[in-house]
Amino acid sequence: MHILVLLKMVPDVVEDLEIASGGTALDLDCQRMILSESDDHALEQALLLKERHGAKLTVLAVDAAEVDDALFTAAAKGADRVMKIVGSDAGLTTRQAARVLSQTIAEEPGLMPVDLILTGVQAIDDLDGLIAPLVADELHMPYLGIITGIALDVSSDTARAIKEYPSGVRGEFQIQLPAVLGIQAAEKPPRYVPVAKIRAAMKTVKIECAQVLTLADGGWPAVNVLEMKQNEPAGHAEMLEGAPAQVSARLCEILAGRGLF
Amino acid sequence: MTGNVCVFAEQWRGQISEATYETLALGREVADKLGAPLTAILTGCNSRNLVRSLGVADSVVYVDHPLLAEILPQTCAAALVQLFLNTRPLALLVPLTNISLGIGTLVGARLGVPVINFCKDIQVAGGRLEARCVMYGGKIEATVGATGDPAVLGIWPGARPAEKGHIERAVPVTDAAVVLEDAEAIRLSKYIEPEAGDVDLTKQDVLVAVGRGIQDRGNLGLAEELAKALGGAVCGSRPVIDQGWLPLSRQIGKSGLTVRPKLYVALGISGAPEHVEGMKGADLIVAVNSDPHAPIFNVAHYGIVGDVLDTLPVLTSMVEARRAHVT
Repeated sequence: MHILVLLKMVPDVVEDLEIASGGTALDLDCQRMILSESDDHALEQALLLKERHGAKLTVLAVDAAEVDDALFTAAAKGADRVMKIVGSDAGLTTRQAARVLSQTIAEEPGLMPVDLILTGVQAIDDLDGLIAPLVADELHMPYLGIITGIALDVSSDTARAIKEYPSGVRGEFQIQLPAVLGIQAAEKPPRYVPVAKIRAAMKTVKIECAQVLTLADGGWPAVNVLEMKQNEPAGHAEMLEGAPAQVSARLCEILAGRGLF
Repeated sequence: MTGNVCVFAEQWRGQISEATYETLALGREVADKLGAPLTAILTGCNSRNLVRSLGVADSVVYVDHPLLAEILPQTCAAALVQLFLNTRPLALLVPLTNISLGIGTLVGARLGVPVINFCKDIQVAGGRLEARCVMYGGKIEATVGATGDPAVLGIWPGARPAEKGHIERAVPVTDAAVVLEDAEAIRLSKYIEPEAGDVDLTKQDVLVAVGRGIQDRGNLGLAEELAKALGGAVCGSRPVIDQGWLPLSRQIGKSGLTVRPKLYVALGISGAPEHVEGMKGADLIVAVNSDPHAPIFNVAHYGIVGDVLDTLPVLTSMVEARRAHVT
């Protein structure tokens, strides 16, 4: 059983986001990059499956700021092999990244055969598509997204996956392997790994580098971002200002005025 | 369909989704501005009875196939691509929901045209489409030129009121045939209904919702005290549920419940579109967030910029004092 997890770095939206001077993209040099949240869950789900089935776990990412930290953290958590794809320009679109990942999976020694490819269902910057279905199509594998649980049946090369639907309904699917699944949430919260263990991984684990194999233009016209700006609150909310006691008193008046007491 | 604006109508468990009606309302506006017909595309198996509810469109293309009984992204994309082989619409709008997520991506990739996700609005400028996209958890808005043959646009729920896109009437229907491969790669085994929670959140007048800003499970008690003082219940956004701090039955948003209480207090919730989808219909929304740019303030009626842990105890004690005074 070989499980491959695809990771993506995204800007940390807890911090202020800076627009580049051209006004059509984020200034990635100014942003703190973190692992995409749903990718973190994809990694956790893979680790749970590895623990249950003794699978080999490979983690692959396109090179980006802070990606080494994410890969060393993955190794510290239990990934057997960590690899990054180097040689592409920063700021690949999602479709370009999917092409680069797919080509690497198909061509790089030791990545195939793979039984299961997991990645986050959607990243906050997936403007021109989603990684999981794109990679699935490129590799001619079945795809299902918004997954919150997986059970493997190694003897029949199938997986039982739980997909979320609206209103708390879930669907249980039988999926023939190999397959690509877009993870919404792992069965358990992503595990904590002590910094000391990550530092140890930095000393003992080697991040393998794969070169981008071809240009990533993909043969399709790129999306044309005309303008990017901070999404300022549109004046919808009336802001209550002051110390907690002041704003709380004002809010109580508002709620009382609306008959909510 | 050449020259038309098309909307993918998602049907799930025998019903057209709210997000479909919202997308149809937006599609209607776009089509009217372009002077183009609006076509709804419905896929399913024995679902033809649903076309009548797509009456905001000028016409419906219905594709019936056993493999389309459930919406599986690759199968639906294969059907749509076949429809577009000879007749290319100007635009295809696909709701960005748990039901249809991935379909637009696959259609765009297979047709070799761009895809634009995260659209909350589409404008027509000089005869060309411009999408307004909400990215990065709602903190950035991008204007994106929508080109393509067709332009494939993923539409956030809430782009327009659903009632504007829900008209029951007879419309011309074209039955289209497609050839789909039954690879038996993905099969729905069963639906799992949500476990009944201890509280029916959809019937609560007051909800106190917590997000990542609550910081720690141990702080949930502060929210519970406010909820108790207000006579309501505690619920949460996705990160809080994923951390296991609240059960799934308390989740509000895309994968959870849609609620319309009289009062919704959002504590430390950024306001990502996935959460807003589930609570935007509340009569009164109050948001507390330390980030003055948090998109939750776009949907809230009253906002407080501050640390929820500072605000909560003071607010709770004042609410309790008022309650005591009133009673």
